[in-house]
Amino acid sequence: MRMERFLTENARRLGGKTALVAGGRRLTYAELDALSDRLAAGLADAGVGRGDRVLIFMDNCWEAAVSIFAALKAGAAFSPVNPSTKAEKLAYIVGNCRPAAVVTQARLCGVAAQARTLAKAEAMAIVSAAAPGGACPAGAIPLPDLLEADASPPAHGGIDVDLGMLIYTSGSTGRPKGVMMTHRNMDAASESITGLLENREDDVILSVLPLSFNYGLYQLLMSVRLGATLVLEKSFAFPQAIFERMREEGATGFPLVPTMSAMVLQMRDLAPDHVPSLRYITNTAAALPPTHIAQLRELFPRARIYSMYGLTECKRCTCLPPEEIERRPGSVGIAIPNTEVFVVGEDGLPVPRGEVGELVVRGPLVMQGYWGNPEASAQMLRPGFNPWEKVLYTGDLFRADADGFLYFVSRKDDIIKTRGEKVAPKEVEAVLQAHPGIADAVVFGVPDPVLGHAIAAMVVALDPALTEREVVRHCAANLEDFMVPRSIEFRTELPKTDTGKVSRRLAAENVEPAE
Amino acid sequence: MTDTIKDNVRGFVVENFLFGDAAQAPADAESLIENGIMDSTGVLELVAFIEERFGIAMADSDIVPANLDTLDRIAAFVAARTASAAA
Repeated sequence: MRMERFLTENARRLGGKTALVAGGRRLTYAELDALSDRLAAGLADAGVGRGDRVLIFMDNCWEAAVSIFAALKAGAAFSPVNPSTKAEKLAYIVGNCRPAAVVTQARLCGVAAQARTLAKAEAMAIVSAAAPGGACPAGAIPLPDLLEADASPPAHGGIDVDLGMLIYTSGSTGRPKGVMMTHRNMDAASESITGLLENREDDVILSVLPLSFNYGLYQLLMSVRLGATLVLEKSFAFPQAIFERMREEGATGFPLVPTMSAMVLQMRDLAPDHVPSLRYITNTAAALPPTHIAQLRELFPRARIYSMYGLTECKRCTCLPPEEIERRPGSVGIAIPNTEVFVVGEDGLPVPRGEVGELVVRGPLVMQGYWGNPEASAQMLRPGFNPWEKVLYTGDLFRADADGFLYFVSRKDDIIKTRGEKVAPKEVEAVLQAHPGIADAVVFGVPDPVLGHAIAAMVVALDPALTEREVVRHCAANLEDFMVPRSIEFRTELPKTDTGKVSRRLAAENVEPAE
Repeated sequence: MTDTIKDNVRGFVVENFLFGDAAQAPADAESLIENGIMDSTGVLELVAFIEERFGIAMADSDIVPANLDTLDRIAAFVAARTASAAA
């Protein structure tokens, strides 16, 4: 089924029920449906048609949720982009998937316009939400106008094997790759996960995860599918305020990543059972350390904790049943419903339990490939059991215990996982190497109690006066927030292997771990 | 009093979150979170700074946007706490 149909059907069935709470605004199912209908018509007028792409370059505002469904209703695929993305990278994405439109917000409109110029994509429409004062930036189509127009979405004729979403993920080559997901992929993934979590129509899910991150995005897709309520917040910077919101809204579900539970661990005086309505907590990106599990258990005694694992290329693939979490705290569990996973050796054949191999995923949630990149697609998607199917080689090394429960071991490549997001060292190195005062740089991850891994860099400076602060500032101006190195070490030369290749592994072994 | 506190906090924000780039310093009433100046680990750093610099012990219930999301709010919070401690 096409994903927007879950919205239209629930609007018909549950019209007056709250679908979304974000930034002080509450939208019912009927309102979310009507607003996305109008915006779909507006996007169609702006040139968006069946098979096109629409970038959603926004933070967790209600307009972002409306825009996602509007793009689908216009027959297009949406592509959510992290709002801290800088113009050059956005220009790369624009050049890569040639979107017909970008929907953004006033403070990001300048970045979108700059990216359009850099990518020579003059035909791309820029639609912008209003600034807090009510004004829309000049040169952009005002989103409020499109939301007020009395218009119906076009009959685009799309079906569920059409592309629904393009979501960019870090690639080891340093260039992001657009993961192609059809409506059917998203339908399968959201069906599997909501079934696993025993989600219900009366669930109230509170999410602080960005909609540009597929774990955050799926909170919206799953909530709309269920006819449940999603409370969207922009950040977990103030955990106490988030727990108050959860209490006010009667939250039943709370998705988190280990960086968030590390912040909960640092809270000082939160009373246990502060959110008695909470039924479940989900975790993904990396297994929760036992200390986090114990703290979450104490604070939320009624909530089941689901430790999950997945990657953008298949959304989600394993989950640890909540009753196993004490017995196997480091495990990310077993395959989710309607999915199969295997640990295979170099020869592609399953390895015995206990041995390390690459995780392979099979099922209807596996992506269709990377946009415009058949080589990278062929690397990840390889022939499966049947002549018509492809299975996903994740690039993640795992081992299974005697009962088949899976444990993450490491990445096959150098990708760093920080704050639940993937970062390609090459992408950060390219930015460092572009600085006129830097001769060479190597980027790697160091274990960090809050971030999972923190990004660190070793730099050979051309300019002896160059400071760590200047280097970090340069990175912050050119990279998304989560990619900016936390520490810079100056060296006269970079660590090299015997064959003279700069080595990220040796660099990582050469630095002091974070406190 | 509040202005000195605010200058102090602005100095911290510029130094630690903007890596010394004073041109990017936020306006006094501008949200540090919504404008991407401070992230979640930044809040922890800000709390440590306030506690150390102004000798205030902060409870979880103090670490909320109403107290910490703009330079104005931080200055008002610190001023109120230091005044009540002195009284």
